[in-house]
Amino acid sequence: MLDKNGIAKRIAKEVQDGMYVNLGIGIPTLVANYVPQNIEVVLQSENGLLGMGPFPFEGEEDADLINAGKQTVTTLPGSSIFDSAMSFGMIRAQKVDLTILGAMEVSENGDIANWKVPGKMVKGMGGAMDLVASAKNIIVAMQHCDKAGNSKLLPQCSLPLTGVHCIKKVVTDLGVFDIRDGAFVLLERAADVSIEEIQSKTAGKLIIPDHVGIVE
Amino acid sequence: MGLNKVVKDAREACAGIQDGMTLMVGGFGLCGIPENSINELVKTGVKNLTCISNNAGVDDFGLGLLLQGKQVKKMISSYVGENAEFERQMLSGELEVELIPQGTLATRCMAAGYGMPAIFTPAGVGTEVAIGKETRDFNGKTYLMEYAFDADFAIVKAWKGDTMGNLIFRSTARNFNPMMAMAGKITIAEVEELVPAGELDPDHIHTPGIYVHRIFQGVDYEKRIEQRTTQKRA
Repeated sequence: MLDKNGIAKRIAKEVQDGMYVNLGIGIPTLVANYVPQNIEVVLQSENGLLGMGPFPFEGEEDADLINAGKQTVTTLPGSSIFDSAMSFGMIRAQKVDLTILGAMEVSENGDIANWKVPGKMVKGMGGAMDLVASAKNIIVAMQHCDKAGNSKLLPQCSLPLTGVHCIKKVVTDLGVFDIRDGAFVLLERAADVSIEEIQSKTAGKLIIPDHVGIVE
Repeated sequence: MGLNKVVKDAREACAGIQDGMTLMVGGFGLCGIPENSINELVKTGVKNLTCISNNAGVDDFGLGLLLQGKQVKKMISSYVGENAEFERQMLSGELEVELIPQGTLATRCMAAGYGMPAIFTPAGVGTEVAIGKETRDFNGKTYLMEYAFDADFAIVKAWKGDTMGNLIFRSTARNFNPMMAMAGKITIAEVEELVPAGELDPDHIHTPGIYVHRIFQGVDYEKRIEQRTTQKRA
């Protein structure tokens, strides 16, 4: 099984030279640590920053410079800052090439639920609904099952939706899946995870091609 | 003089904000919030406010202070975590909360400032956000119609401003401030540095003074950091 860093490392392989990328909170944030040094990528933070850099050194925090998770960050050479309307304008206009975010549930037709659990305190969707509704390329990073062991790859989402028909790829602790033609297509499995285990833990329709790779 | 927008302090700036009004309040998290004006509203005790703001502050800072005083009737926000009193009032039904996507929030402000009655956005299509809303298809994709906001006052925080109300924001403290500044029937701007008209380079102005009705030199900015994250030097 892949740990959080393993999931992030695998997703980093989808990041290509020259891309503008929006990383969500949680595992997606870790992806930045695995983007190869020899390619150039610009990170967008939807509170209004392109060219987000690493956390500042102690004592150099700037209260005016934060990311979408409200963490203090830095800018990199070539970065730019803009207002919230422009930030979501560039998301809506599909200028951002790749969006990576977490989820509570994903369905076989590409629906995603990641903002609300009935009966629990609802904090809000933030920018997630805008991102999933507009991004041309979205990868979901999540655990394959919830803490009770229930599959999070479902025929239909049971939780309130964040967006419909929008997710094309899911990377979990068990493997890598494309979503196409109303099914999860198993592309790669974690080295120590069997196809049978993935089958038993995937509630949605699962297609297993003749060749299934191993996540490296 | 006619185009001098300067008022003495937060008290003068917030004059006329009355019970039941709708306010836009700039900032993202605690970054770029109008600290002086929020403190003034706490002092006046004005009640039954509807606040349009991306977040609701934390328990003891930002809009959380207005919540502590039960001055807010309704919050219109995209994300409201990090606030225990907010949660308590929401769950008890004392506080009405309308959660809307962040981009929709920003663009509904922008629409007001651009004189457009509504926008179309795909955010929320097929979700509970879309319930009861008009949709329209363009080029094979479905969009929701969302109305421009209508706010009695917009309260924003800028880095620098001049006596004619021209504003420059700093770093990501810009966030919602420029579009809210454009959207208020009356816009109040508090600034870290107020300078005479003519000192700011016209090419560097983010918000033209035409949108700003009252401006004042803020004092004692705390600029609290919500998530202080650092790395150690190698």
